[in-house]
Amino acid sequence: MSTNSRLKTSKFIDETSRISFKFNNKTYYGFKGDTLASALLANDVHLVGRSFKYHRPRGIMTAGSEEPNAIVQINDGTAVTEPNVRATEVEIYEGLEASSQNCWPSVNFDIGGINNLLSPLLPAGFYYKTFMWPASFWEKYEYFIRKSAGLGKSPTQPDPDIYEHQYIHCDVLVIGAGISGIMAAKTAAKNGLKTLLVDEKPILGGNTIYKDNEDTSINNQTPSKWISDQINELEKLDNLEIKKRTSVAAYHGYNYLLARENLTDHLPIHERKNKIRQRLLKIRAKKVITSTGALERPLVFNNNDRPGILLASALKRYSDLFGVACGKKNVLFTNNDSAYETALSFINKGIKIEAIIDIRENPNSKLVKKIEENQIKIFKGYTVVDTSGYKRINKVSIMQLSKDGQKVVGNKIEIPCDCLGMSGGWTPAVHLFTQSGGKLSFREEDQVFIPKIYTSKQISLGSCNGDFSLDSIIKNIPGQLKQFFEINSTEFDNLDIESNEDLSKRNIWLLPSDKIFGKTKPFVDYQNDATAKDIKLALREGFRSIEHVKRYTTTGMGTDQGKLGNMHALGIIADTAGVKMGELGTTTFRPPYTPLTFGTIVGRNVGEYFDIFRKTPMHDWHEQNKAEFENVGQWKRAWYYPKNNENMHQAVQRESKAARDSAGILDASTLGKIDIQGTDASEFLNRVYTNAWSKLAIGKCRYGLMLNEDGMVYDDGVTTRLDENHYIMTTTTGGAANVLGKLEDYLQTEWPELDVYLTSVTDHYATASVCGPNSKKILQKIIPDLDLSDDNFPHMSFKNAKIDGVKCRIMRISFTGEHSYEINIPASYGKSLWEKCMEAGKEYNITPYGTETMHLLRAEKGFIIVGQDTDATLTPIDLQMDWIVSKKKYDFIGKRSLYRSDTIKEDRKQLVGLLTDDPNEVLEEGAQIVADANKKPIEMLGHVTSSYYSPNLNKSIALGVVRGGKKMLGQKLIIPMENKNINVTVSDPVFLDKENKRLNA
Amino acid sequence: MFVISCPYCGEREQSEFKAGGEAHIERPKQPTELSDDEWAEYLFMRKNIKGIQYERWNHAHGCRKWFNMVRDTSNDEIKAVYKMGEKPPSV
Ligand SMILES: [Zn+2]
Repeated sequence: MSTNSRLKTSKFIDETSRISFKFNNKTYYGFKGDTLASALLANDVHLVGRSFKYHRPRGIMTAGSEEPNAIVQINDGTAVTEPNVRATEVEIYEGLEASSQNCWPSVNFDIGGINNLLSPLLPAGFYYKTFMWPASFWEKYEYFIRKSAGLGKSPTQPDPDIYEHQYIHCDVLVIGAGISGIMAAKTAAKNGLKTLLVDEKPILGGNTIYKDNEDTSINNQTPSKWISDQINELEKLDNLEIKKRTSVAAYHGYNYLLARENLTDHLPIHERKNKIRQRLLKIRAKKVITSTGALERPLVFNNNDRPGILLASALKRYSDLFGVACGKKNVLFTNNDSAYETALSFINKGIKIEAIIDIRENPNSKLVKKIEENQIKIFKGYTVVDTSGYKRINKVSIMQLSKDGQKVVGNKIEIPCDCLGMSGGWTPAVHLFTQSGGKLSFREEDQVFIPKIYTSKQISLGSCNGDFSLDSIIKNIPGQLKQFFEINSTEFDNLDIESNEDLSKRNIWLLPSDKIFGKTKPFVDYQNDATAKDIKLALREGFRSIEHVKRYTTTGMGTDQGKLGNMHALGIIADTAGVKMGELGTTTFRPPYTPLTFGTIVGRNVGEYFDIFRKTPMHDWHEQNKAEFENVGQWKRAWYYPKNNENMHQAVQRESKAARDSAGILDASTLGKIDIQGTDASEFLNRVYTNAWSKLAIGKCRYGLMLNEDGMVYDDGVTTRLDENHYIMTTTTGGAANVLGKLEDYLQTEWPELDVYLTSVTDHYATASVCGPNSKKILQKIIPDLDLSDDNFPHMSFKNAKIDGVKCRIMRISFTGEHSYEINIPASYGKSLWEKCMEAGKEYNITPYGTETMHLLRAEKGFIIVGQDTDATLTPIDLQMDWIVSKKKYDFIGKRSLYRSDTIKEDRKQLVGLLTDDPNEVLEEGAQIVADANKKPIEMLGHVTSSYYSPNLNKSIALGVVRGGKKMLGQKLIIPMENKNINVTVSDPVFLDKENKRLNA
Repeated sequence: MFVISCPYCGEREQSEFKAGGEAHIERPKQPTELSDDEWAEYLFMRKNIKGIQYERWNHAHGCRKWFNMVRDTSNDEIKAVYKMGEKPPSV
């Protein structure tokens, strides 16, 4: 393939290193330094995609991140494929494969193109109006809409690339390395400030780096020479870091910014191995300088979207930076002088210009005159009324504008062309500024929004601040920097600037055509195919808020967030509705400024690093013994231990039976443990638990229930008095951190007079709970010298002991209803303790059991699990646990709420037992409970909270909450399921050993 | 994301802190003396001001101390931080 549009004049392209790449399966060649867009244009490829709604052929429009049309799929069919990539930002590398999106079967012949012919039927809000009614049809519509819509394909394989996050703290962050950013960064760094300069492009210097037309000079040098010298000096500064290919995505409050640094996307695939692809930079800057430049505006006229229509500034960038002439017969169309800069470049490089159409009636700057002197035909006071050419523009039709610019007059002139450059003036890139909370003001004279009120230590400099001419940038910036950095001088104070720039502009948001408006297609948002007609229709239908018009027409809702067209949309709304643009305001610019990959967002937090997980000291043993695990909070807890291909049910039945028949062992290390010390420890427990604690003897344990101030059960657990002023509290596994936080809150803010100290010791101890009729014998084998008689060591008491010389705490407490011991040992001995128990228990068939069996065993005893049987709407009274609420205590957390009018109602949901008529029928947890399944609508009384088949009772048992359940003992209720109704009887929630005989067995 | 100056530790990232709602709502010393309405006032009613708001914060992933903050909720400007028990500064 010949690179037939390449000029031999660019110093930014390395013509010694040829690169081959594929676009839509065809091989092309470009050079190192090319973007995919510049390489395609060099190969005379303009048609790169189809538009979203009408599937109109579209080409490359810009040379930057604002590109709405040329979005492509990279490396389709591989694990690293990426959709919606802007061809203007992709640097080509050997082996790159790119393809068009949103077209089928090919970009040249696309079935969806029929939508273009149907476009009168697809007005604004079409989807809302047509497919949302009747609602039941949506599923049918959706299939077809999804098939024909959508941009690109997401990858189907896991992302093999490496990403990471990095925190950066700096004195000054400079965003954008155009001339303003270069001057700012250099001044900051030279004044001893730690400075970070970022730019989204691979080359620093913005537009100035290729500004070498002879009419402008800085200190008697061309701007390009001057700025490249500045960059050379800049790169040598010590306290300055430069990050290229780095795009700031978000600017949050307190100068906290997120940026994406692209590290390997420009490298050939084989050079990327084991390298970090992209980095999310989390930047906290003391001061921020935004110098993000400005985006050139398109012009809104009939058929302004054909391939071959580009921004005039993009044509200049392609010719001056990449050495690419986008057309052989170029026409420029403008409302200001910018297109003449492009014309000057073209003249210098010998690129042919057919004509310049300028809507201004009398442009007469020095630059315009200079172009005229070069025999270029300028149509002054003319506008383009139409274009033609399906896959590439081949003609523009122009007519003279009326004085008021509202209509066209005279004869139509047709000019053949293959490329049209348009310039509608410039829009300051204020996106990041507004994200930071900054407020804009509207400058009437040139119809731009510029920064006005800053909410953090930051300034906007240069064209993003509305300073569009080199002249004013050079003159204003030194003063702005001196004020911002509180310094007396900068090295740029006395620069010589020679410039003839003229900023006059004739602003017409929607240019008239000779055709009636309804027959035209003046695009405002290219990516979403929103035209000026759609906006006017939305206004006619009564939409007024710009945010509503935006959503109704989808203007500005594409992946480019309407960087090009938003201002025109506002202008057309303002003109049509007869309001001032300044009063209309802008739509909200939201992060990210340009799309981010999910990889960048998640960084290293993938796979096993997605979240922290905590392992008990016995974890390895559980793993070696084939335990299945469940997540409880961040803990991995042994769930059950299947033997010989058992399923969960079989394993749990076996474990449950063994625990009651002989001996079971549970890893209870995950329970929260809080060490409580201080002279007021007893008083503190009195205030946080519902029951009384002052009289608990040293060496005794007590179960406690903790409420919220609203009276609802918050947590539970056993607390042991180790000494006069020393307790150890256990909490639920999931509640540990919150309980500690809550207790600290009360101590620090409500009761600072109490002498109490709280320390989390959850991780300090490993806990093995040995239960069952043989648990005593097993413990005796492990600690022969400890007197385990009921007199010396009764239920709900504690002993200090030693196992092989290691101090441990043993509590005789039970969550299963069996005689049982909890052995707490310093965590590092946890696994050997466990193995010791297993060894000692061997003769009694000691059976390790997991959380599922634990849940079953406690349900047989009617013990609640906070968070399973409760859900922050149940009081202790609702749980039939009145016995634990002290009547004598004057106060405790939540006490007053227990007799609010709402909490004393008799028809509150209350915990009950449920027995199925068919003892083999096991209920589903979460199933609804009703009394009458025939009366419609069926009244829901409650739901099932816990349900198991009990191997010890040989029947199904369940707990549930039922409205007024306390008074329903013996009553029949119904559990309606999808295919049947299950009959149940309300029972006592304690199913096994209500007399607690087993505890002392 | 704010930078918060913990009165005990100094400037830290917001991610180290936990917000704790409106400040200077004292738990009644004698809850049993209160009517349902008075107790509900303490229990449920919070102001949620647009503008200057006094609020509780906890340096949860730091010193674990609770303290108070004066923040303008309309622009997130932190006007002052002060220790529990200290008088609220007027801003
Ligand atoms: Zn702190």
